[in-house]
Amino acid sequence: MAPFAGYEMPITYPTGAVEEHLITRRSVGLFDIDHMGQIEVSGPGADDFVSRLVTAKVLDMKDGDARYSLLLDEKGGVTDDLFIYRLPGRWWIVVNASNREADFAWFRKNAPSGVKVEDRSEDTYMIAVQGPRAIELLGLAADFDVPGMIRFTSAEGKLLGVPCLVGRTGYTGEDGAELFFPAREARKLWEGLLDLAAEKGIEAAPIGLAARDSLRFEAGMPLHGHEISPSINPVEAGFKWACDLEKDFVGKKAVTDLAATGPSRKLVGLDVTGGVPREGYEVQDPDGKTVGLCVAGMFCPTVKKYAANAFVAPELSKAGTALKVVIHGKPKDAVVVKRPLYVPAYRR
Amino acid sequence: MKIDANARYRTSHEWARKEGSVIVTGISDHAQESLGDIVFVEFPEVGKTLKQGQTFGVIESVKAASDLYMPMSGTITAVNEALGGDPSAVNKDCYGAGWLIKFEPTSPAEWDGLLSASDYEKEAAAH
Repeated sequence: MAPFAGYEMPITYPTGAVEEHLITRRSVGLFDIDHMGQIEVSGPGADDFVSRLVTAKVLDMKDGDARYSLLLDEKGGVTDDLFIYRLPGRWWIVVNASNREADFAWFRKNAPSGVKVEDRSEDTYMIAVQGPRAIELLGLAADFDVPGMIRFTSAEGKLLGVPCLVGRTGYTGEDGAELFFPAREARKLWEGLLDLAAEKGIEAAPIGLAARDSLRFEAGMPLHGHEISPSINPVEAGFKWACDLEKDFVGKKAVTDLAATGPSRKLVGLDVTGGVPREGYEVQDPDGKTVGLCVAGMFCPTVKKYAANAFVAPELSKAGTALKVVIHGKPKDAVVVKRPLYVPAYRR
Repeated sequence: MKIDANARYRTSHEWARKEGSVIVTGISDHAQESLGDIVFVEFPEVGKTLKQGQTFGVIESVKAASDLYMPMSGTITAVNEALGGDPSAVNKDCYGAGWLIKFEPTSPAEWDGLLSASDYEKEAAAH
């Protein structure tokens, strides 16, 4: 167990991080992600308020739709990334644990009178069920048509008798869902889903933080504080697609300005030979000159690669560019590769 | 925690076992357990001579990188190349298929200064 944003979180379960990663890719992984925060926004003017604070287009969202977005400061720095659910009469916004308090304060501070902003994190539990057989398992547990849901939508109903908001979303590159439900039902649903999987012969296991990280990393998803952060502009990290430049939003000018001039650094994936690259390791050009830093790096169990994400100058960002990553004082061969290393199941 | 009764140990969790004229070394069950899944091992060059306590390589788990220390002074005669393809043998069989290096000891008397299996077991249990 390790402290993470004020929670005691399992880095791995006894299964081990590599096997946990592989189980999620081949069957079902259950993720206890109660640390994630949920902010609810409602009241007259809530739609325009949410639209103005977040980068994604949201005003076209219909009840049940779910969408990825960034949250920027005025300078265009990424203060968080979010999943936004449009529900009847309210917005349900999922935020990262470490940014929850700052996000909540930011929403509160900017909210016009009449708009209600509530932190729902304490009474809400969150579990992700991910993998090629996740929807099948949830379908067996639900009193409504989970398999009939399309990706990036949500629905409400009961799972094993527990009232849930189910989003067909996730952070692994696999199909699956994220469940929101009353915190007091956490044990019942967690154990109930594992028991149901065992009973129906569906391989399923609890997955710790280490495998959560390698799953999202392989699938090319960002982790706030690494590929995106307050000192990183979305254009540098390749997230202009998450910004709706046809509307006004906080930080828009910084995004359009950088898109116009072109960024001085870009996020790239590196395939490294001869060691495990990790966050903070130096990236060099073939002459030994420092050209960037790794923001994340690890062994990727499905693609069987040692890989890193790093920011480098645009002229070094082309796939095939030979670079070095310094591991324990020694420069090791690295080559720029196309991201993601693992194409998410729902994009194939 | 599994212990190889025929091996001797360092407090830094390497084991050493006599195999003819050479010493075989790996990491203990206690070490592999606390490191978690091993994903990479960096080996020394065969032929290199290292002193007792010098680092001979690095073992990388999902969580972290850890230095590996020579239990005795010696000249490297072999490294476990098979771990390049699948380092998980260190987790599955740390005293057998998961061995790391073999070396020819240059100061054989250092063997007597290593921890016995029972002393190491007590030491590891306390940490």
